[in-house]
Amino acid sequence: MRPAVSDLPDGLRPLTPEEAQTRRKRSLAIALTLGALVILFFVLTIAKLGPQVLQRPL
Amino acid sequence: MTSLSNSLTVDTKAASFAPAVGGEVRDFFALLKPRVMVLVIFTALVGMVVSHATVNPVIAAISLLMIAVGAGASGCLNMWWDADIDALMTRTAKRPIPDGRIRPDEALTFGIVLSVGSVLILGLASNWLAAGLLAFTIVFYAVIYSMWLKRATAQNIVIGGAAGALPPVVGQAAVTGHVGIESLILFAIIFIWTPPHFWALALVKSGEYARAGIPMMPNVAGPDSTRRQIVWYTLLLAPLGLAPVVFGFGGWLYALVGVLGGLGMLASSVQVFRQRQGEPERKAAMGLFAFSILYLFLLFSALLAEQGLGLYRAVLA
Repeated sequence: MRPAVSDLPDGLRPLTPEEAQTRRKRSLAIALTLGALVILFFVLTIAKLGPQVLQRPL
Repeated sequence: MTSLSNSLTVDTKAASFAPAVGGEVRDFFALLKPRVMVLVIFTALVGMVVSHATVNPVIAAISLLMIAVGAGASGCLNMWWDADIDALMTRTAKRPIPDGRIRPDEALTFGIVLSVGSVLILGLASNWLAAGLLAFTIVFYAVIYSMWLKRATAQNIVIGGAAGALPPVVGQAAVTGHVGIESLILFAIIFIWTPPHFWALALVKSGEYARAGIPMMPNVAGPDSTRRQIVWYTLLLAPLGLAPVVFGFGGWLYALVGVLGGLGMLASSVQVFRQRQGEPERKAAMGLFAFSILYLFLLFSALLAEQGLGLYRAVLA
């Protein structure tokens, strides 16, 4: 729910729809980048250590 | 009072202090100088291929990606530092920072995060020699070239050209763990190619560089001296372009491209030397600028075809 202007601290204002959309796209890009990094590190680990890395005794 | 969506209003004075949302995703991508990144990927890939190393393709691909990201990061830091002079030149005024689409502090943070990230991941993926070379490339371009040489000396792009010439060296180091003669020759070719390439553009854009206070060669030594130096560098470049044949990793196809391309570069530079007035002068300079890109692309493509697709046929026994 969008807050009323009177509830906001001095100097702040609600985002315009365009700004909110820009921020949403940036958040999505950051999320995708973080997801890609997770995949990259997983693939890199398998490539460097080999599939047997998953078969070690616990 | 300023009207906002959903019937909310806010005092314009307060709004002026409101935190900006920042740039769009495509603006951040533009900060990485994508066209330069493509060139870096291409030259680094050739540096890898001519090494003939046995390497896991996944690790090679991740290394190549990190070299590209590192190059993009250095481009981002360059745009952050040069935003003031970029705003003064039509060629660069529409870049995200001078155009007001991205705040300088956002670009700085983005550049530093990508720099550190790309170096660390390259080190983890391949080896720390390659990571160190990538770090050196980023620092050389962002600090030595952008912050110092570019505004201090007419030799800016001569010395700074080392940063653009390093990707094949980083590529070879990533897949072999050492720096060999092949990548050093590719480094030398790009290094000597850089002055005639950029000075051709600087001859056409000398007015803009003067307005921005950048001491490019045509503004400092004059157009005639620049034209002479373009010819001298091209005389050096044309035979140097054939060094891969002499050292045995460039075959018949490469030799053909190297000879024809070298002659084309010499002809273009002589045209620049001869045409000194009006539209023919501009055409000759832009002709050399465009042909130099084609020349480098064809040289490296020939190496890629020979070493990567098995088209190599030795010229020298």
